[in-house]
Amino acid sequence: MDWAALSELWIDTLRILDGSFRLATPLILCAMAGLVSERSGVIDIGLEGKMLAAAFAAAAVASLSGSPWAGLVAALGVSAALALVHGFACITHRGEQIISGVAINILASGGTVVAGIALFRQGGQSPPLMADERFRPIALPGAEALSGIPVIGPFYAELVSGHTLPVYLALIAVPLVAWMLARTTFGLRLRATGEMPLAVDSAGVSVVLIRYRAVLIAGLLCGLAGVFLSTAHGAGFVREMSAGKGYIALAAMIFGKWRPWPVLGACLLFGFLETAAARLQGVQLPLIGEAPVELILMLPYVATVVLLAGFFGRAIPPKALGVPYRKER
Amino acid sequence: MNPDDRAGGTPPAVRLSGISKRFGAVQANRDVDLEVARGSIHGIIGENGAGKSTLVSILYGFYEADAGRIEIDGHVVAIRSSAAAIAQGIGMVHQHFMLVPTFTVLENVMLGAEGGPLLARGAAETRAELLDLSTAYGLEVDPDAKVGDLAVGLQQRVEILKALRRGARILILDEPTGVLTPDETGRLFDILRGLRREGVTILLITHKLREIMAVTDRVSVMRQGEMVAHRETASTTPEELAELMVGRRVAAMPRRELVAALGVDAGGGGTPRARSRPQPNAGALEVRGLGWRDARGITRLSDVSLTLREGEILGLAGVAGNGQSELLDVLSGIATPQSGVIRIGERIINRDRPAGPAELRALGLAHVPEDRHRRGVVLGFTAQENAVLGYQHGPAAGDGRLLSPAALACHCAALMKRFDVRPAAPGLRMSGFSGGNQQKLVLAREIEAEPRILLVGQPTRGVDIGAIEFIHGEILKLRDQGCAILLVSVELDEILALADRVAVMNAGRIVGERRLSGIDAEDRSEIGLMMAGIARIREPAAARPAASPEAGSAEA
Amino acid sequence: MTGLPKWVDLGLLPLMNLALAFLIAGGVVAIIGESPVEALSVMLKGAFVYDGGLGYTLYYTTNFLFTGLAVSVAFHAMLFNIGGEGQAAIGGLGAILVCLALDAVMPGLIVIPLAIAAAAVFGGAWAVVPGWLQAYRGSHIVITTIMFNFIAAGVLVSLLSGPLMRAGQSSPQSRDIAEAAQLPFIHDIARALGFPATSTPLNLSFVLALIAAVGVWVLIWRTRWGYALRAVGQSEPAAQYAGIRVPRTVVAAMAISGALAGCMAVNEILGAQHKMVLNFTAGYGFTGIAVALMGRNHPVGIFLAALLFGALYQGGAELDFEFQTITREMVLLIQGLIILFSGALSLMFVPALQRVFRPGPA
Repeated sequence: MDWAALSELWIDTLRILDGSFRLATPLILCAMAGLVSERSGVIDIGLEGKMLAAAFAAAAVASLSGSPWAGLVAALGVSAALALVHGFACITHRGEQIISGVAINILASGGTVVAGIALFRQGGQSPPLMADERFRPIALPGAEALSGIPVIGPFYAELVSGHTLPVYLALIAVPLVAWMLARTTFGLRLRATGEMPLAVDSAGVSVVLIRYRAVLIAGLLCGLAGVFLSTAHGAGFVREMSAGKGYIALAAMIFGKWRPWPVLGACLLFGFLETAAARLQGVQLPLIGEAPVELILMLPYVATVVLLAGFFGRAIPPKALGVPYRKER
Repeated sequence: MNPDDRAGGTPPAVRLSGISKRFGAVQANRDVDLEVARGSIHGIIGENGAGKSTLVSILYGFYEADAGRIEIDGHVVAIRSSAAAIAQGIGMVHQHFMLVPTFTVLENVMLGAEGGPLLARGAAETRAELLDLSTAYGLEVDPDAKVGDLAVGLQQRVEILKALRRGARILILDEPTGVLTPDETGRLFDILRGLRREGVTILLITHKLREIMAVTDRVSVMRQGEMVAHRETASTTPEELAELMVGRRVAAMPRRELVAALGVDAGGGGTPRARSRPQPNAGALEVRGLGWRDARGITRLSDVSLTLREGEILGLAGVAGNGQSELLDVLSGIATPQSGVIRIGERIINRDRPAGPAELRALGLAHVPEDRHRRGVVLGFTAQENAVLGYQHGPAAGDGRLLSPAALACHCAALMKRFDVRPAAPGLRMSGFSGGNQQKLVLAREIEAEPRILLVGQPTRGVDIGAIEFIHGEILKLRDQGCAILLVSVELDEILALADRVAVMNAGRIVGERRLSGIDAEDRSEIGLMMAGIARIREPAAARPAASPEAGSAEA
Repeated sequence: MTGLPKWVDLGLLPLMNLALAFLIAGGVVAIIGESPVEALSVMLKGAFVYDGGLGYTLYYTTNFLFTGLAVSVAFHAMLFNIGGEGQAAIGGLGAILVCLALDAVMPGLIVIPLAIAAAAVFGGAWAVVPGWLQAYRGSHIVITTIMFNFIAAGVLVSLLSGPLMRAGQSSPQSRDIAEAAQLPFIHDIARALGFPATSTPLNLSFVLALIAAVGVWVLIWRTRWGYALRAVGQSEPAAQYAGIRVPRTVVAAMAISGALAGCMAVNEILGAQHKMVLNFTAGYGFTGIAVALMGRNHPVGIFLAALLFGALYQGGAELDFEFQTITREMVLLIQGLIILFSGALSLMFVPALQRVFRPGPA
């Protein structure tokens, strides 16, 4: 193999990794959201709905105001509001957490279309966003200059540089969440709340406030994922554009056993599978024939089920997960 | 009721006046007054359900009183949360520990007082404080050990350390000895005396008179949500306290019931009791070399052997958590033995030939479970549905293929009548009955099946005193009819009152077995030593030195 | 449990929750700039009054009966089966496979029962796997059923765009099944009996769904197995104590739940569409959760809730015609609100009602 072909292969690999990373972004943000919520003891099935509603809010406001930043604020607000609804139902009224999550997903799925039609009359979509209404890829300093250097140059230019703001924020979110859980007082209290809320209460700390804060953080992170979908990765809102990513994030969170770094790994793996499936669409493979794209896309779900079945390692959820905290008065 | 005996200028550490609290239909506290002198150990005693726990939970901010006033050091305070209680210098060691099992000792002690938004500095400071406290009060414990791995006695120390580090000057202990061996209890009391010397005020909640007499300076007695008396411990007697707790003259009660209910050794312990005579026949149920490990692989039972004979009650004594619950599970077919055999008549039960609860019922074995709310009844079911729990395939549930509500109601009404269950409403949800009436229905269900073998766990836990007498009477009646009975109880007094023979469990083994002499003090001291795993009266036949280290509750 | 009078608990409280959901939906309609009263009247007329409206309503009701019953059977065992969508899809696969294989060679009287059985068996089998994983491996059934929904969707996509795709077509759907294998429409039966009737998709599956509702009632409340199922749901340790084999009961509950969800496909494939199209489950499985919640997991309540949702769906379709700015997604929004208020927030009004209906503390 000559040098040029090798270099071609390297760039191709980088492009796949780059695509994986991009597709993993909403997964990472949502999975971190789920992780923070669930480590505090509140199940979050509603990642999907919050992300979808945020995607709509981001695109709608960006389109109306002409600023992606206004869209970002709106998306965070809408997603946080839904998170608070979830908190109100599950924390304040001790409602069934799964039902509340399902409700939020259905609300978002119906609400975005209703609002979309009312605002834009385009069958539930937002108008396509202009370049300056979106978050553009950020070229990191030196990407141009380094691109000539073999191996490292393309690596920096293709993989490290040239992503949009939410992608970088997703990457920062992981160490931030890990640090928060392990090293801060809030993290200690949050973990204790998910394991043994009574201990937290008897130590004079409000379980309710801790859980509300956790749920709110989850809302903001899902909001960011929505921003990525409609104003960074895509150019406008499309019905059901979250397309089950919230559920894959949930799977990744379980796959990573509720711990930040393994969860990141799971998200990247699932993102890679999605990229690979897209690349293999219609490709003839030796022996197998046409690439089984549908099967590849199913892998994250299958892998999660196999993990849950305990066939490789056990995923032990926080002990108080899903149990409303009841305090007699 | 509460004479203001404040001497001189120092106000009491705690003064409660007119505290009332109601939960639904239950008046848990009614106009309660209490004064606790600074630097004293003050006991609050009363039966189960007398309102002691509610009262201290109000003081610790877990509940909010409907009426009444709390004064700390002479100042009226409002305590609406645990945080407020902690701020007033109140600490509490709960009956069920408030510890995060997956956290280290250090993390548990820090929780709630981390000293800033980041953990690092607070952790270092807490570590130093822990060292100081543990040397000052003899409360050694490894700060980096995971709490879930510690023995109960050590976990309790962590609870005390937690309270002390938060600056508790008033320490509440709610039934602290329920999970401790007599030896651990002694050490706890030493620690409490040490704390008193340092000026800490201690409020000890218990239903055991012996503990009150052993360690307190003053004692207050509660009955049915009311505070009925305050006494100097030195100038009262167990008999007087027992009378105050029960609300009638002790002499009027069968002594056995009193002993069982209150743990008072009122008579000085010389009276021999009528015991059944040893039966020469073979056992109705025989257990040989039984072993069982839980899902985590921890050995819970090892080499357990015992025999239940017809017309005899075998009492199984021991500190809670030493394998009694697991033994009941295995004997009743809920769990499968992993080694050893159980023989009932001709049927041999072992690992390869297990028998489930349904088959065992068919063999004439009935079971009154230890944990009524978890196992014995389905709280969401009606009484008539509960009256056939375990017998749902029998004729009482209807004679055709389908369940018959009429048959259920009829069967349940009959049981309720015979066992005086109130209210006699078969259609009422089980959660609407009091603990005593729930237990009566369970007992009725199991006795009605006319068992040859009865397993009964903690028959009077959380049951009012009238029901205790009734339940004990029924158990004895069943024995006299020839039933073989295994009585598991953590109340040694209950076992002494009912059993003909006693076996003692410690760390998953039977560490001793004896026929009761009838001389209370003698039986008690020997059994107490066995419970602590110190003495063995009869070495088990195949005793090996290598016990099960994991299951050991021994500690430094 | 709430300590409220029965009529408040079973009547007033659910109505208040429902009213709140509709009130908020009405608010949304008003914000959009239409009249909520008018929208409601369009929906009601569309669902019950207009020609054929009732037929459509009952056709949707059939789907909701099946999926609502499915959720409720699992729920009695405290199992949260949110995999109705996938179970219905795989149930449909069973039905269509039988039809495609046999409709040319066998009479309807054989093919139809076989296809119904296949729908039940396939749907049940698809639910048994998560049930088994929950019972024997401790895998959380909510997560596994969600995953199984996606896996089912993937299976259907690959089959409908591959081996099952109708020859000479590019859209992912099967060929039509032979007339003999189709369940008769109610309007055809009515006309045969001499009554005039508008053509609607309502078919004999509706009767099947009613029979299923009665069957579920008998099963849960009148059989010893139902007793065991409820005991497992209320208290697993007590069920063990009673000699009930908990894991087996869990698996069986999921099998029945999945079979009921699978039968939803009978209405769609054998009854209404006569072929399998992609996404024919259209969210009915998820709506089953709302139906079961509203109906308090009792067949009578589930029937009423299924009727309500049937009317909502049909009325929602009518909204599409009458308004430019309101579409049937409005129904999805209402559905979300109903799940929120009747499910997650179902006890929100309890403290207030307790103050009204309980004499003050002594």
